[in-house]
Amino acid sequence: MIRSDAPVLLEISDLCARVEDQPILKGVNLTIRAGEIHAVMGRNGSGKSTLSKVLAGHPAYTVTAGSVLYRGENLLELAPEQRARTGLFLGFQYPVEIPGVNNLEFLRVATNARRTEQGSDELDTFAFEDLVRERLGVVQMDPAFLERGLNEGFSGGEKKRNEILQMALLEPLVAILDETDSGLDIDALRIVAGGVNQLAGPDNATLLVTHYQRLLDLITPDYVHVMAAGRILRTGGKDLALELERDGYDWVDQELARLGAEPAEVG
Amino acid sequence: MPLLSVESQLPWLAELAGAPLPNRREEAWRFTDLAPLKALEPTVLPVVDPLAGVPLPKGVSRLDLEEWAPLLDASLVATGSESAWPVGLNRAADPQVLALRVSGEAGPLELAWDAGSAKGLAALRVLLVLEPGSSLDVLQVVSSSGENCTSLITEVVLAENARLNLGVLALGHPMASLLAHVAVKQEPGSVLSCTTATAGWGLVRLEPRVMQSAGSAQTRLRGLQLVDGQQLADTHSFMSFGGPAGELDQVHKVVANGSGRSVFNGAVKVPQAAQQTNASQLSRSLLLSDRARVDTKPELEIVADDVKCAHGATVSQLQSNELFYLQSRGIGADQAARLLLRGYCDEVLRELPAMASAWHPLARLLGDGA
Repeated sequence: MIRSDAPVLLEISDLCARVEDQPILKGVNLTIRAGEIHAVMGRNGSGKSTLSKVLAGHPAYTVTAGSVLYRGENLLELAPEQRARTGLFLGFQYPVEIPGVNNLEFLRVATNARRTEQGSDELDTFAFEDLVRERLGVVQMDPAFLERGLNEGFSGGEKKRNEILQMALLEPLVAILDETDSGLDIDALRIVAGGVNQLAGPDNATLLVTHYQRLLDLITPDYVHVMAAGRILRTGGKDLALELERDGYDWVDQELARLGAEPAEVG
Repeated sequence: MPLLSVESQLPWLAELAGAPLPNRREEAWRFTDLAPLKALEPTVLPVVDPLAGVPLPKGVSRLDLEEWAPLLDASLVATGSESAWPVGLNRAADPQVLALRVSGEAGPLELAWDAGSAKGLAALRVLLVLEPGSSLDVLQVVSSSGENCTSLITEVVLAENARLNLGVLALGHPMASLLAHVAVKQEPGSVLSCTTATAGWGLVRLEPRVMQSAGSAQTRLRGLQLVDGQQLADTHSFMSFGGPAGELDQVHKVVANGSGRSVFNGAVKVPQAAQQTNASQLSRSLLLSDRARVDTKPELEIVADDVKCAHGATVSQLQSNELFYLQSRGIGADQAARLLLRGYCDEVLRELPAMASAWHPLARLLGDGA
């Protein structure tokens, strides 16, 4: 939902970042307002996954230039946990399996970290169980998964559902979903997309990082951005995604050649 | 309570054991400094029978002297450790033998000893004889809070189709030492699960030793040892298959902090007779300080050709991708590290017999009230 008077949640300006000595992001500009759903598309190695990790504060990436304002404040000086507590959420492409860390306890600690930041009371185990059981419905997840180790032995689809469950509990203002559709069969994709749609509202925003159109058949973006060689090459409406699906990314090379840019190597 | 001369040339323990302390020129003691033992007060401490005045659980009964005497040492002999120095020391201290017979679905049984702050040597000896088809959960809890050494020998005979879930929870003190042998002889069809967890001891030497006398049995070994400060923990495990189709599933975990030192040596013997053996051994060490040291060594001796034997060893810090995942959910770096550490330890601790939970092993081992 595009409202030109909606508050700006995230403002990315000329963002450059590298991993080790390899520059990946080479001047990304993107403004996201409350209520909007953005999709960043691009081939492997275009830098789209890097963008999502840099926003979440992954320590392997170094920002070399540019700025990111989150609700008007400098996001880049916040530790990853502080970004999360204030409402930035990254749904991982490959959620990490951590055997021995109980999923339910993890969800409670994370939820309470966010609640404390918002000035709400921490939830005790009983109150939290009530909340989590209600939110399980968002992703139609079996409560048995709460008793397991965090993502331990979960299938690809179960891991992604667990990501969206976390999103449902943390109620982020800006949710960045990195290749949430990868490795999902069509049923799991519908459930995950349904969850994202339920959680999207006028006060929050969603940034979908994806390779394929199929997720965008289920979640309608307000804006589609095409990334290549570490920058956003083109921005359009949802039709741009359909155009990409039809014509592929070959035009990107011509465009890059015209701009004299080197394709980035890592995504 | 025998008192021996302190003026003798040999350290008191050597005199008692009738043999000099092992030294670091011996391969099995290469990394293990026994200095804490040399300072021990020359006293053999009285030990209270942990089952005195306690009703024995269902299926568990005491063996008479005539019954246990011929069985004593059988598991030590089977696992080749009857002449090991810590065994000789234990024998010389002449502990009372707690000898138990297990029939049918028995237990659970808890054996707890606390050396407390008394100075000297406390020697304990346990013999468990599981009859065919019987099953038992046993938790041994060994603790200390002072300058003493606990010598514990647990011998187990598992008859055909018997099942034993044995846990050893050892909570020590920087001035205390623990020398522990767990020697198990398994008959075909038997199932052993042995989980050990140690923390806090100035010196630990733990030797789980298992012999599947004719193969065709299952052995599951889980170990967790934590070292911090100047502590040293050394596990030398030994597994041997005397016949075909035996299984071993072994995971040994280490958390090394401070200037702590950890040693793991995992011996597995698969002779010609042990075809179709399926053995796996994994050693995982977390190195949390740049002053801590970890030595880990698999020692596989495989002669049979139709076997599956896997082994692996990792030494690492906490995984940065795991830390970042937790941080990205609003969990601070310190708390994330604590959660990962607890998870890492809990993977072993949850395999202790159920009654271990009353001892809050995670909180006690990590010492943080976690």
